[in-house]
Amino acid sequence: MIDVLIIGGGNAALCAALMAREAGASVMLLEASPKIWRGGNSQHTRNLRCMHDAPQDVLIDAYPEEEYWQDLLKVTGGITNEKLARIAIRASSSCRDWMRSHGVHFQPPLSGALHVARTNAFFMGGGKALVNAYFRSAERLGVKVRYNTQVTDIEMDNGKFVAAHIEEHEVDGQRVAAERIEARSCVLAAGGFESNREWLREAWGQNERGEWPSDNFLIRGTRFNTGVLLRRMIDLGADSIGDPTQAHMVAIDARAPLYDGGICTRIDCVSLGVVVNRDGERFYDEGEDFWPKRYAIWGRLVAGQPGQQAYSIIDQQAIGRFMPPVFPGTTANTLRELARLLKLPEEQFVKTVEDYNSACRVGTFDHTALDDCHTQGLTPAKTHWARPLDKPPFYAYPLKPGVTFTYLGLATDETAAVHFNGKASPNLFVAGEMMAGNVLGKGYTAGIGMAIGTAFGRIAGVQAAASAGFGISSPNKGARHATV
Amino acid sequence: MQLFDPKASSGLIPVLNVDEVEVQRQMTVCNACRYCEGFCAVFPAMTRRLEFTQADIHYLANLCHNCGACLHACQYAAPHEFEINVPKAMAKVRLDTYAEYAWPQVMGKLYQRNGLTLALASGTGLALFLCLTLMVMGNLFTAIPGGNFYGIFPHNTLALMFGSVFGFAVLALTMGVRRFWRNVSPVAAPLPLKTSAALEATANVAKLKYLDGGHGEGCNNADDQFTLWRRRFHHLTFYGFMLCFAATGVATLFHYLLKWSAPYPIFSLPVMLGIAGGIGLLIGPAGLLWLNLRRNPAHGDEKQKPMDRGFIALLFLVSASGLALLAFRETTALGLLLAIHLGLVMAFFLTMPYSKFAHGIFRSAALLKHAIEKRQPNPINAGSD
Repeated sequence: MIDVLIIGGGNAALCAALMAREAGASVMLLEASPKIWRGGNSQHTRNLRCMHDAPQDVLIDAYPEEEYWQDLLKVTGGITNEKLARIAIRASSSCRDWMRSHGVHFQPPLSGALHVARTNAFFMGGGKALVNAYFRSAERLGVKVRYNTQVTDIEMDNGKFVAAHIEEHEVDGQRVAAERIEARSCVLAAGGFESNREWLREAWGQNERGEWPSDNFLIRGTRFNTGVLLRRMIDLGADSIGDPTQAHMVAIDARAPLYDGGICTRIDCVSLGVVVNRDGERFYDEGEDFWPKRYAIWGRLVAGQPGQQAYSIIDQQAIGRFMPPVFPGTTANTLRELARLLKLPEEQFVKTVEDYNSACRVGTFDHTALDDCHTQGLTPAKTHWARPLDKPPFYAYPLKPGVTFTYLGLATDETAAVHFNGKASPNLFVAGEMMAGNVLGKGYTAGIGMAIGTAFGRIAGVQAAASAGFGISSPNKGARHATV
Repeated sequence: MQLFDPKASSGLIPVLNVDEVEVQRQMTVCNACRYCEGFCAVFPAMTRRLEFTQADIHYLANLCHNCGACLHACQYAAPHEFEINVPKAMAKVRLDTYAEYAWPQVMGKLYQRNGLTLALASGTGLALFLCLTLMVMGNLFTAIPGGNFYGIFPHNTLALMFGSVFGFAVLALTMGVRRFWRNVSPVAAPLPLKTSAALEATANVAKLKYLDGGHGEGCNNADDQFTLWRRRFHHLTFYGFMLCFAATGVATLFHYLLKWSAPYPIFSLPVMLGIAGGIGLLIGPAGLLWLNLRRNPAHGDEKQKPMDRGFIALLFLVSASGLALLAFRETTALGLLLAIHLGLVMAFFLTMPYSKFAHGIFRSAALLKHAIEKRQPNPINAGSD
């Protein structure tokens, strides 16, 4: 029998597998996706939010624990668990040497991301390069990796993990028989349910307009996060945490692919112009704060609009002042023509923009600072970067909500154990998106997902190994191991 | 094969060919992602642009070293519907660069079936020197005391033949790269900037900086694992070639300045340089071929394999025949080996402006342009900073 079974193939799963293997346990990792799609949402990530008290290689200045915690408290509106949050925060200050030892390379922030030069360490080549490095290291250390292996059921005995079940399935036209895999302990790190359309529909329900909003959501994350295991665990009575409608949700280009849109589908010009809905009306302050601090609320804002769609409108003045979009904008020389091209109600759209234009009080425009250009007497107001849209050509980018990952997860504690009726399982642990909701009740701040995944992946790996008899005091445990 | 006309009036917007449109499409995706910025010079150069003109596309394509890092790290690589494969898209455009900027232009056609070009040139070179040997000596197995090959072909005959062919190759490459430079690079820069840029570009060429993966562990070959062997074998090839070139240069100086004619003894400078270079030029191309055969099929343009392998094989044969000539110069094999070596060297020189050799010239030019423009203010201020 293998010692530790890891279910999942993203960052948290790999961290758990590597730690358990380093502790001396035999480890098998089951990834639901084919090899080419491996890595879950980690393949779309790019950095790790890191606590540090002094400049460190690619990180400038300091980002102390308390500031990190306050940032997290702010974005989550207090829906967090301070104890677990601080564990993740502290772990982020010391995990990078271990990450390097498994082949991860860090680099200074990418262009267009200097605003996080102090707080976030970037992976050279992004998350897929990190995932590739971890898989190479895992295989070199003797972790047995299996792809195309979706675990559909967990066999429990009185709160104790017994075996994982895989239904009969097909891989490249070949039938693979049903299977039961026993292990001494197990780590669940199989992601959220963002790619499960039925579950999203169930969670978001029907709105007052009779729409099913989630039918119009695009998924920025992996197509393999269908929440099969999460649903099964909840059905088995595991304690859950979080609101199923809460997620990392961004307003992205409506033409993005249905799944795996990733980073490049974002639209970064919102704060430089206005955003109107399908009725040609504005609905929120586009200039509330810097875009990197606001992009994660716009997914929900657009989800609340009729048809779950909106349009970001800019004029010539904004060109070159935001990260280039992946799809070209709709271009017109007059507002009326733009409205016609977008099939927006022409009179209302023109009125909205003209009302906005005449409400602008332009001071000194500076898109790199919270400037003094604002509107007066307009609802909703635009509080910064308000300049009249009067320099044609005009450009429009269609927006839809883009879900990166969902927050509903399994409740856990500092040992990463799965709980049943408040009681910790002795040999079943959880990491990554399946438990990130303990720390992230809502909201988001760049690089926190990878910080939680790395911290709790490593804890889960150590705990699972210990539970299988490869104790924390075993001689294999080196200084590089996570402390819990 | 006239895909576009580099001489066309700059007032006209040139129509992009299929390969160029593909690079334009992919760069638009990459510019919205930028995860690969740390790997090489292509991506930092990309971020200085919002749109990609034909000149930009050829510049970026030649900046790409086909290291493969960005493909293995790409969240948008196939089977993702964006089907991003920058090394492949760039490789296809590079072939267009070589063909379109060839001088005289009509010779660019030789890139269409470059493996055949090299084979035909080698055959012609061999036939020529075998026939000449037969005409001069009456047979191919002539021993000449001391291995004095000038006994077969007088020094001045060889100097004239090879000097003129080599001179033409240099001229053709210069004309081609000059046109390339003018099209991609109307960058005005002060002299001190250009000087430091030139030093950096030279160092990047000499060290093959962009085969180090950005982290020093090397580039990709068969899979997502990094290897330094592509860089090492390329170094052996490049410096082996340069040592052989130096051997010829030193010998020329000995001949004209010191009035000391070949053949030289083993422990003379030209022969020592030639032996060292020849060994590099054996191991280097053999290693590159070995790696090429194991290369991930998704890297680069599969259709260019005959061009790559033909060029590698020709380098290897030039070196092998040269070393064999040295080893057996005092035997009856002299005549035959001399004919083979001279025939292959002639083929190499003849095809220099129309073979894979051109990649080094265009890439060096692209690296120089990058070193210049990165020292200038970024024209794009994307604001998120």
